[in-house]
Amino acid sequence: MSTHVPESESESETGAPEQTEEQIPAAQQRRLAKKQERSDQREQRAESESETDEQTVHLKVFRYDPEVESKSRPRFDDFHIPFKKGMTVLDALIYSRDHYDSSLTFRHSCRQAICGSDALFINGAQRLGCQTQVSDLDDPVRIEPLPHQEVVKDLVVDMEHFYEQMDAVDPYFRDEDVPSGLEEQNQTRENREKIKMSTRCIWCGACTSSCNIAAGGNYLGPAAINKAYRFAMDDRESDALQQERFETIEQENGVWRCQTQFSCTNVCPKDIPLTEHIQELKREAVKSNLKFW
Amino acid sequence: MYKHDVIVVGAGGAGLRAAIAAHEEGADVALVSKLHPVRSHTGAAEGGINAALRAGDSWEDHAYDTMKGSDYIGDAPAVETLCQDSPEETIQLEHWGMAFSREEDGRVSQRPFGGLSFPRTTYAGAETGHHLLHTMYEQVVKRGIQVYDEQYVMELAVTDHADPEERSCHGCIAYDIKTGELNGFVADGVVIATGGPGQLYAHTTNAVAQTGDGQAMAYRAGVPLQDMEFVQFHPTTLPSTGVLISEGVRGEGGILYNSEGERFMFEHGYAKNDGELASRDVVARAEVTEVEAGRGFEDDAVHLDMRHLGDERITDRLENIIHLATDFEGVNPLEEPMPVKPGQHYEMGGIETDENGATCIEGLYAAGECACVSVHGANRLGGNALPELIVFGARAGRHAARSESVVPQIKTGPSAKIEDSDVESPVALGLDEESRADIVADGGALLDATAEDVVTHTLEQEQQRVETLMERDGVNHAEVRSDLQQTMTANVNVFRNEDGLKQALRDIHACRERYRDVGVSDPSRTFNTDLIHTIETRNLIDLAEVLTLGALARTEFRGAHWRQNFQERDDEHWLKHTMVAWNDGSPELYYTDVILEGEDKVYEPKIRSY
Repeated sequence: MSTHVPESESESETGAPEQTEEQIPAAQQRRLAKKQERSDQREQRAESESETDEQTVHLKVFRYDPEVESKSRPRFDDFHIPFKKGMTVLDALIYSRDHYDSSLTFRHSCRQAICGSDALFINGAQRLGCQTQVSDLDDPVRIEPLPHQEVVKDLVVDMEHFYEQMDAVDPYFRDEDVPSGLEEQNQTRENREKIKMSTRCIWCGACTSSCNIAAGGNYLGPAAINKAYRFAMDDRESDALQQERFETIEQENGVWRCQTQFSCTNVCPKDIPLTEHIQELKREAVKSNLKFW
Repeated sequence: MYKHDVIVVGAGGAGLRAAIAAHEEGADVALVSKLHPVRSHTGAAEGGINAALRAGDSWEDHAYDTMKGSDYIGDAPAVETLCQDSPEETIQLEHWGMAFSREEDGRVSQRPFGGLSFPRTTYAGAETGHHLLHTMYEQVVKRGIQVYDEQYVMELAVTDHADPEERSCHGCIAYDIKTGELNGFVADGVVIATGGPGQLYAHTTNAVAQTGDGQAMAYRAGVPLQDMEFVQFHPTTLPSTGVLISEGVRGEGGILYNSEGERFMFEHGYAKNDGELASRDVVARAEVTEVEAGRGFEDDAVHLDMRHLGDERITDRLENIIHLATDFEGVNPLEEPMPVKPGQHYEMGGIETDENGATCIEGLYAAGECACVSVHGANRLGGNALPELIVFGARAGRHAARSESVVPQIKTGPSAKIEDSDVESPVALGLDEESRADIVADGGALLDATAEDVVTHTLEQEQQRVETLMERDGVNHAEVRSDLQQTMTANVNVFRNEDGLKQALRDIHACRERYRDVGVSDPSRTFNTDLIHTIETRNLIDLAEVLTLGALARTEFRGAHWRQNFQERDDEHWLKHTMVAWNDGSPELYYTDVILEGEDKVYEPKIRSY
């Protein structure tokens, strides 16, 4: 079985500048020979690995690089890699990169669902690559960058707009009237419990990517509103400051844009009840406004 | 060229805290990080923050526990500083809104942790690091501190004086990951807060980004690395990924079995009293012994079973573990035991600093896991990593922003040397002539030049390095990194012996030779992770050598450092810090004193019993 079938293999070969034998210095020739030898070894190893393993996984991975001619038109590359029990989509991507194509580009770091780097569009749904078992997916596994965000390269999307939306809700604790020294601001267990799920957000952007209202618009989106919820519901912030928060939450691009489609809640890898939080803020906003009417 | 008063490299717990502290001193401070700050590995910390907050506890007790836990390789002034500053720093986080778990009366909760004489670990569920990281990032946003995210700092801009103690750091060079451009950053103070080098090992709880970049840069700039041979291995990590299964599982009554169904901690006599709850190093050694005796699963694991605790209790107290085992190992721990094995977890050693975070190079500071102010010594206690981040992050940031000098109690730099090492390496160490000409970028630059000149010079060197790597056809870094990780895992792991350590030095040398041919295949400047990983791999090679050399020299058993044939702690000869300095391309090993004298007491070494 073939291990790696990039549809454009021949294209990328022709992309390399041609050099005649005389132009290449001896050291360079040795290097090229070594490189060829290594590449043959890699191929052999890959083949023997896929032969000895009963199962392989077929990945179809989105590729795009505006700078490289052969990749400037978006395409899908196929990778066939040996399957191991427990293998995640991220493992499969790393294997593909380290064994077949070191230019395959994706964000990842903690590979334990806490850094939020590797939210991807996997078989048509937003998921974390590291948290998704290959065995739970239909073959072939189709891996694309998060929809509704500009693609920087391969699976990497531009997160700037997402970060700006997070910043737009003043995402920090604001009570200036804190006690001094070692005195604590007490918080009840109930209140901590109330905000607990909202504090689990890892900023992966899966929710915002799944929300077709947030797509292409200025709607704050579920992640930023959840961040606002986290502070609005924290009893340690004063009432006056919370009132200010509701002005942000209620603005034109705030909670009222949500149409309760639950797509954010469905894809959240940390099981945060995002839609519920947004609805609760709508209710609170109405109640707080009623005070002034 | 960017200019700031203070540049903080790395935006995890220590970096964020340093930036906030420098900002509070009135400095113009910027964070430069290869990740966005909320992606930092501090977010993965589970346990908690040790702080003496309550009646019945005291910083003195915390300091005593920490010195004992360090196996007397911690420095008392650093340990006492940690324990004195931690309460205020911890409550500071509460004032910033951190979502700590709470007592019935609304105060922050504390719980017992291994090696502590009082339940002084404050926590936020089993996700303390996540909350700490996000809380501090929120404060950075609130203060409008400049963040350069996804900018990979490759080298420090340091003057080229022969004596490292006369050198000054004037900034650093970063690769803008999105555009591929190299940027010079000029600053009066540079704080390195880049985390540990977990990627030295094939199997680690650490993030993929933990490649010890800051340690390698500081080392090449002339700052000694201290006590690097002390590496903590956690006994319960998932075999396929290295994801941590918290000690809480054993704390709640989880049982370890070998493939013959034996509860080996008791039945094979590894810890007849404490069983699964013996200290981390004991359990880790027991597991490896079982596997090597052929009583493991799938060649490398044992089983951790918690089914008998019952679904209700597991869901109540260990919910996170169900998700981790299911998501990352494909095993439902309510129905079957989890396979576990030891994994690299924490590097006790690092960049030598004093208690203010200062290194021997003027203007260069370090804090967090990358630094070794020496609070953990030979063995870190659970719950002491997070207070280290906030206490020494704050101190480093504050001191980097101030111009006045303070006299620290801990001496740094080569002048603190008490003796040289006489250990012999089986191969030449450091750079050979060819690689020196080819890939070295030592961060060394001009003497007595302006700050801008030093940064510009280093920038040119780094541009040359990138050009060379990009143009060269050659070995893929992933092959070299994999070889390096394999030899570290085989030879410098939980168990160490002379032959293995010497083999590792030979293999590391071979990796360095292969690295001469390393080349970047991806021709793109945009988000070139191939290039970044290639540079990281060079850093790992330098660190592997330092770590292994220190381990070969230390012929005793102390803390996490276990040597076959030397199974006693040898206070007479080894109550001292290992230092490795990059002396113009070749590592030089020497020793400095351990400081056991605290503010008003001396910590007498006592025998550790299990």
